[in-house]
Amino acid sequence: MSFVTGVGLTSFGKHEGSSSLDLMSKAAELAISDAGLKRADIDGILCGYSTVSPHIMLATVFAEHFGIRPSYAHAVQVGGATGLAMTMLAHHLVDAGVAKHVLVVGGENRLTGQSRDASIQALAQVGNPDYEVPLGPTIPAYYGLVATRYMHEYGVTEADLAEFAVLMRKHALMHPGAQFHDPITVADVMASKPVAMPLKLLDCCPVSDGGAAFVISREAIAERQVRIRGCAQAHTHQHVTAAPGLSELGAEISIAKAKQASGIGIADVRYAAVYDSFTITLAMLLEDLGLAKRGEAAACVRAGHFNQDGEMPLNTHGGLLSYGHCGVGGAMAHLVETHLQMTGRASNRQVRDASIALLHGDGGVLSSHVSMFLERVR
Amino acid sequence: MSACSWSACDERTNRRLDQGRGSDRLPGLRRLRRAAIFPPQFCAACGSSDLTEHRASGAGTVYATSLVCRAATPETRAHVPYNIVLVDTDEGFRMMAHGDNDLGIGDKVTARFTQFVGRLVPYFAKAK
Repeated sequence: MSFVTGVGLTSFGKHEGSSSLDLMSKAAELAISDAGLKRADIDGILCGYSTVSPHIMLATVFAEHFGIRPSYAHAVQVGGATGLAMTMLAHHLVDAGVAKHVLVVGGENRLTGQSRDASIQALAQVGNPDYEVPLGPTIPAYYGLVATRYMHEYGVTEADLAEFAVLMRKHALMHPGAQFHDPITVADVMASKPVAMPLKLLDCCPVSDGGAAFVISREAIAERQVRIRGCAQAHTHQHVTAAPGLSELGAEISIAKAKQASGIGIADVRYAAVYDSFTITLAMLLEDLGLAKRGEAAACVRAGHFNQDGEMPLNTHGGLLSYGHCGVGGAMAHLVETHLQMTGRASNRQVRDASIALLHGDGGVLSSHVSMFLERVR
Repeated sequence: MSACSWSACDERTNRRLDQGRGSDRLPGLRRLRRAAIFPPQFCAACGSSDLTEHRASGAGTVYATSLVCRAATPETRAHVPYNIVLVDTDEGFRMMAHGDNDLGIGDKVTARFTQFVGRLVPYFAKAK
C-alpha cells in the first residue's frame, strides 16, 4: 500500500535567477511540510532531469544540496511521463519496504535558463538521430504528424482541437500560479501563429520555469488520505516513424493494465488529470483512455463535460497548455492539483467529488505511457 | 536462432541517410516501419542477423504530414515552411522525409533526394 502524503508546487512562468536545484528545493520543501514531515524523515529520493543543467547523478546532487542522506536515490527519465513513472516506482518502493517516505521531485528553469531555440532543439532530439533529426523536425512537428493522421481517421477538425486550449486556459484563470492569465477563444487559437500544422501557437504548451514535488509514504500520515490504488505502463516505440497504428497506441494498453491492477473502471472515475503537451495530445489521450468516445472528445468539451462543475473535471489547474510546462515538473502539477482536489483544498477550483482520480502521462511522441488511479480513503 | 522466415528480414538498409552520400536508394527492411530507422545489424522482429540488401523503388503513399512553420535553428529557419511527411513505401516500411507543401494523406508519391542544411535528405513529390 502507498499514500500520497504531501504535495508542493511553485508558480510556473518566469523565475528569474532561480536554478533547477532552487526550483526543485522550493517544491520539495513545500511537499515535505505539506506532509507534516521533516527533511530527515525522507529516506528515498527520485528526481527527473534538467535539460538546462544536465547531470549524470542529479538525485544525489539534489540530496546534497537539499541536506538529505537518503538510503535510496536516483534519477528517472521517461520524458513527459517521468513524473508518474517516478510515482509508480515510489509506490512499489514503499510497498516493498525499501523506503518509508520517498520524495519525488522535478523542477527546471527552462524558460529563463536557456533560449527558446535551445529548448526546442533539445526536445527535438527525442527524434531518431539518423532518420528524423536531420530533416529539421520539432516536437510540435512530431505531434503535428500524429494530429493530421488522427484528424484524417476520425474526422477531428482544427476547431475541435482549439476547444482544448480554450478549456485549459479557462481553468488556468482560476489558479494564481498559472503562467497565463488572459482568456482566449477558439478564434484566437485558430488565428494564432502556425508552428507545425495543424498545430498553431495556442495548440502548444509554453516553456516555463517551475517545480513540483510529492511525498509517497508507506503509511498515511494526515487525516486526509490519498492512496495509490494501481498503476501501469506501456512502451510501444520511441520514434514517431516506428509508432504503431492509432488504434494500437500505448495509452490503451497502460490503462487496461492499470484497471486490472486497481480493480477500478472508467465509470468509477470522478476526476481526470491527463497529459496535454498539445491540444492533439489531450484529445487523443481522452479518447484512448475511454474518457470520451472516439472522435467525440471535443464535443464533450463543448458540452461542459470536462468543466470544474462538469461530470468529469479535467486538469482544473490549467494543464501544461496554460498552467505551463517546466519539463519533468510540468506534468507533476497534474498530480499536485489532483491531490488538492481529493483533499478538498482546491479553493475556488474545488470540484464536487474527486474521490477517485485517473492520471495519465505520456513521454516522447506517445511513446511511453503511465496510467494511475488514486483513491481518497477517507 | 534460425534465419528469419518472414520477408521482414529479407532486406537491409544500404546506406544511412544522414551521411548524405547521395545514394539514390532508400533504406529498406521489409519489417514494417522499424526498417527505416534501426541500423539493421539484425531484425528487430526476430533477432536474426541473416539480412539481405534490396533497392527500394521510391514509390509510396503519404501517411501523415506536418508543415513546419517555426524552426528551431537559424539554418533550418531559412527553409520554412517545409513539409515533414511520413510515407508508407510500397516495400512496406514507413519513413520520414520532406515533401511538397501541398501533399495530403493518401497521395501516391515518388522519392528523390534534395539538399537541406548541408545534407541530402529524401524528398517526396506526387507521383505522375
